[in-house]
Amino acid sequence: MPTLPLLRHTGPETVAREALTINPAKTCQPIGALYAALGVHGCLPHSHGSQGCCAYHRSALTRHYKEPVMAATSSFTEGASVFGGQSNLLQAIATIFSLYDPEIIAVHTTCLSETIGDDIPQIIGKAEAEGKIPPGRYVMHASTPSYVGSHVTGFSSMTRAFVDYFAESTGRKSDSYAVFPGWVEPADMAELKRLFSEMGLRITMLPDTSGVLDAPLTGRYEMYPEGGTRLEDIRRMGDSAASFALGPLASGAAAKLLDTKCRVPTAILDLPIGLSATDRLVDTVRKVAGVSVPESIVRERGRLVDMMADMHQYTYGKTVALAGDPDQLCSLAEFLRDLDMKVKYVVTGTPGKSFETRLAELIGEPGPGDFRGAPGDLFALHQHLKAERTDLLIANTYGKYIARDEDIPYVRFGFPILDRVGHADFATAGYRGGLRLLEKILSALMDRIDRDAPNEKFELIL
Amino acid sequence: MSENTSVLTADPLAIVRGAAAMSEAEAAEVKRGLLEGYPAKIARKREKQIVVNSRDERGYSPEIQANTRTLPGVITQRGCTYAGCKGVVVGPTRDILQITHGPIGCGFYSWLTRRNQTRAESPDDDNFMPYALSTDLQDNDIVFGGEKKLRKAIREAYDIFKPKAIAVFSTCPVGLIGDDVHAAARDLSAELGITVFAMSCEGYKGVSQSAGHHIANNAVFTHVVGKNETAPEGEFKVNMLGEYNIGGDSFELERIFEDLGITLVTTFSGNSTFVSMGQAPFADLDIVMCHRSINYMAEMLETKYGIPWFKVNFIGAGPTGKSLRHIAEYFGDSGLSDRTEALIERESAAARAVLEEVKPRLEGKTVLMYVGGSRAHHYQDLFRELGMKVLSAGYEFAHRDDYEGRKVIPDIKIDADSRNIEVLEVSPEPERYAPRRTETQLATLRASGVPVDDYDGMMGEMADGTLVIDDVSHYETEKLIELLKPDLLCAGIKEKYVVQKHGIPLKQLHSYDSGGPYAGFKGAVNFYREIDRLVNGSVWGKIKAPWDLNPELSGTYGSL
Repeated sequence: MPTLPLLRHTGPETVAREALTINPAKTCQPIGALYAALGVHGCLPHSHGSQGCCAYHRSALTRHYKEPVMAATSSFTEGASVFGGQSNLLQAIATIFSLYDPEIIAVHTTCLSETIGDDIPQIIGKAEAEGKIPPGRYVMHASTPSYVGSHVTGFSSMTRAFVDYFAESTGRKSDSYAVFPGWVEPADMAELKRLFSEMGLRITMLPDTSGVLDAPLTGRYEMYPEGGTRLEDIRRMGDSAASFALGPLASGAAAKLLDTKCRVPTAILDLPIGLSATDRLVDTVRKVAGVSVPESIVRERGRLVDMMADMHQYTYGKTVALAGDPDQLCSLAEFLRDLDMKVKYVVTGTPGKSFETRLAELIGEPGPGDFRGAPGDLFALHQHLKAERTDLLIANTYGKYIARDEDIPYVRFGFPILDRVGHADFATAGYRGGLRLLEKILSALMDRIDRDAPNEKFELIL
Repeated sequence: MSENTSVLTADPLAIVRGAAAMSEAEAAEVKRGLLEGYPAKIARKREKQIVVNSRDERGYSPEIQANTRTLPGVITQRGCTYAGCKGVVVGPTRDILQITHGPIGCGFYSWLTRRNQTRAESPDDDNFMPYALSTDLQDNDIVFGGEKKLRKAIREAYDIFKPKAIAVFSTCPVGLIGDDVHAAARDLSAELGITVFAMSCEGYKGVSQSAGHHIANNAVFTHVVGKNETAPEGEFKVNMLGEYNIGGDSFELERIFEDLGITLVTTFSGNSTFVSMGQAPFADLDIVMCHRSINYMAEMLETKYGIPWFKVNFIGAGPTGKSLRHIAEYFGDSGLSDRTEALIERESAAARAVLEEVKPRLEGKTVLMYVGGSRAHHYQDLFRELGMKVLSAGYEFAHRDDYEGRKVIPDIKIDADSRNIEVLEVSPEPERYAPRRTETQLATLRASGVPVDDYDGMMGEMADGTLVIDDVSHYETEKLIELLKPDLLCAGIKEKYVVQKHGIPLKQLHSYDSGGPYAGFKGAVNFYREIDRLVNGSVWGKIKAPWDLNPELSGTYGSL
């Protein structure tokens, strides 16, 4: 029997759907909140809902990072769902401080606790009044119902909540800058810190999962690893000279709040993925901080441009299908345009008009036969690919089913990546990250050239 | 019985109870160590869930508290009711189109993550496994109700996939906003002319995944079982219950059954179909792997159709042989018995050969196992075959009967959380009820050791002095590593890297770390080699750098 396609019930005719999502290109808010909270040092994320939410989020993040992912849960049962989750959360707070001794508990809500209407600030107040929060320890929260937004907005809400709870303004501006990196990998956060440091800026990055979700194997398990933004640094963010918010969807809300709350002016930028978006970041930093771009960064940029020029023949005119999250997709699409590739299909599950607007600003309006699904799902993307294939697919691990069925060169990018490693260790942000991203794209395209070349056309030198 | 053909003095596949790795006093000391760091209230609860095994002369183990709530804030392995219902029991059936009714997360996380393998036989054999369908409820739906959206979603799903059956799973908010998913399913079933059924498996319904298993059993029994009137061919017709084809386990067992001439009518639910589960009443025997997740189905099939069941264990070469002999004995056919003995002889030889190679590297190593609702029991036999010692074991979502045996069922207190879950009223179906064996025949089978309608539980087979822990917490796992310094842990993905940071390998027994199969004879061989790889892997010796091992700056570069 010949091998059947994996997604063999997907046909090429696109059928309009109003109620049914098939093969989603997003997941729910709480996992983003959990990921953001892991980027604060000494913080234990807490899921206020059923046990399953916490188990699913921890599993998904663990599979993505191959690292411990710790979080606690309010373990709702039917009783809590009827009478409210207050006693569960109070008990959880007391238990967590006595057993796991975090500096901060970062509570995020779920569809269950939000539907019930639990008032988290009131419960935290009660915990405080009852002495359940030890001195010098904190409980904070973000509201992240799963029926709003997506994992990205959950990340955004938790990042914003840290600013809301902790950032203070003393009235004296410091010479430090606040950086909101957006939902990027630990390696990207490390790379961005290096980039700012090269430019001579002192920064506080919030959140910062480097040193947390890329921990070494030492023979000792640390529940609260070395990395993560320090609480005292979050406090001092209120005195920052300015802030840089990378990725409007994931970082904009925190930066805007820091502006209104502590009068820290902000520059909201696209995620620095690829050449042009990184250029805008570097150029903005230069102007805002009044520094000149150091030779080291000029060289990094030059190396990226060099590879783009050297390999242009392999990228020119190639069509691409993309699935992922809005901030990433905008910058990635722009990078592909810089490579003279054609972005044909773009799908994200995260709702929001501003994404489509920004994408059109960066790469133009969709042409005939192009498809932009926001919100859309992988099923719709696949139907379009069946109608007309592209030369490349860039998506998270779920894209591999489509890539195999349609025999499309495929680069894993985004969240989650469950079947390969490296994303936590090697950056795709900045110029150096651009080199890695370009290398991955080229390898996918050139492996295909080698695979498909007839003997007489099989070339030693590409 | 096959003769021992191994050069080893004792048959490594002989099923013998392991000797105690700890004395009861030592185990009690470890228990004290686990409890001492807890606040009094938590210690009081955990005290009843951590038990030093010690069986009396009747084979009774001490009582363990199980299937009770995890205290909020305790970092637990457990998941939710939805996970048990959709993820475990119904999920593996490839031709039932499954729609999660709720916000996007639950459907997303249960999408292809459990490694239930399935093999469609032909292009007409539907396979919806790689699809995740969700109503993706939005805030408006939460305010105004999601039932209309569900109905529309079912129609849209039908138009695209044209399935034979659709299953709907409710997530937490659905129960609160009062969507009548069952009415929607009934109406759509009539409208579309196919089977549509819904499960109220909201995550909060129980204390763990276990409640979801029960809900799924009820739904599958009501809406799927008996709906296919085509009788399967075959002399020895069996249903296999509680086998989910993780890593291809069912495939290996299907191979063995085929070899023996046993007809597997259906599996609940690894590599299964709506079509095959519909034929389940035609079987003459139900064999039960995971007692916890599927015992409801076994009981209901017996009551309604007269099919006896017994517990089997296909994890480990020895237990596989024993379970196959029980099946042969049940059918009482000399041809089947001969084929069974020949197969055991043949395939055990291969297992013994690998054991001879790896056992010297593993013998005496120690293991802790905290997993599932049957796996912590099943895998003990494999470790015994390897000569490894299980110091402590426990389940994530089991009940007392899975620990202490079904004899304690009458004594189990039904609490508010269990009372939530409907127990179906089942009675013999007049047309189809036919007891396959008389009471006398069943009694004879019992007398010769076939555990008809019974399960003896994990503790009955564990040595005295082993520490049995229900719903182990992260805190306790850390303590256990400190106190027992095991060579290997078995648990799940959430625990894996925590344990490995300590420099101790962890074998995932939910997903098998992308390995498997581990069931049957070939599976046992895979497992022996896998444990050898894990425990004796080079990397564990590389954690310390040379300068950590020998920090003195004694050399000078002149002497190098």
